Amino acid sequence: MTDALAISERILDISILISIVGISLSLILLVYRIIKGPTNPDRAVALDAIGVNLMGVVALVAIVLISSKLNDVVLLIGILSFLGTLAVAKYLEAGVIIDRDRD
Amino acid sequence: MYKPNDLIFRTTTSLIAFILLGFSIYLLLAGHNSPGGGFIGGLMTSSAILLMYMAYGMDIVKKILPINFRLLILIGLLIAVTTGIVSLFIGVPFLSQTFTYVTLPIFGKIELATAMIFDIGVFLTVLGVTITIISTIAEDQ
Repeated sequence: MTDALAISERILDISILISIVGISLSLILLVYRIIKGPTNPDRAVALDAIGVNLMGVVALVAIVLISSKLNDVVLLIGILSFLGTLAVAKYLEAGVIIDRDRD
Repeated sequence: MYKPNDLIFRTTTSLIAFILLGFSIYLLLAGHNSPGGGFIGGLMTSSAILLMYMAYGMDIVKKILPINFRLLILIGLLIAVTTGIVSLFIGVPFLSQTFTYVTLPIFGKIELATAMIFDIGVFLTVLGVTITIISTIAEDQ
C-alpha cells in the first residue's frame, strides 16, 4: 500500500516537472511572438495564450503547495485575461473601446 | 464606414456580467480568512461594469445604473474610518476588530467579524475610484 503511494507521488513529481518545463518553453515562445509579432492581432492572440498559461502555472503551484486556496486565483486570472483580450479585440476592430452611444 | 457586428458579445455580456458580480460578492465575503477581500472584490465589480460599458456604450449603462461613483468614494471612506473611530470610544486601540459566532436557520453556524464592515468600505472606495478613472479616461471626444 505504501509502495503504491510512493510510486504515485513519484509519478506526480515527474509530471509536474515536465509540465512546468513545457509551460516555460511556451511562455518564452509567446513573449517572442509579442515582441516580434508582425501585426497587432498576433500580439493579441499571444497575450490571450499567456493568460491561459498563467492559469496553468497557478494550478501547478496549487498542486505543489497542496492547497486549495489558489482555485480563486485561477478563476480571477481567467476572467481578467478574457476582459483584456476583449478590449484589445474591440480596439483593433472599432478603434474605440468604450463608445458613447450604440445606435 | 461599416458597423461591427457584435451580437454574440452583447448577448453573452448579460450572462457573464452576472457571473462576475456574484464572484465579486463571494470574494468580498470570503475576505478575512481566505484569499479575497474588499480590494479585489471592488476590482471584480468594476470589471463587470467595464464589461457592460464595452458592450452597451456609456450612455445606456449610465441610464440603467444611475449611481454617482464619485459619491461612492466618500461613502466608502466614511464607513472605513468610522469602524476605526468607534473602537476608540469603546476603549481599545484604533482599528481593533472582534468576531462572534452566530447560528442562522439555513447557513448554520457562521462567523461574523467587524473587519467585514471595514472591507465593505474598502470595496465601495475601490469601486468608485476605478470606475471614475476609467470613465474619465474614456471621455476624450
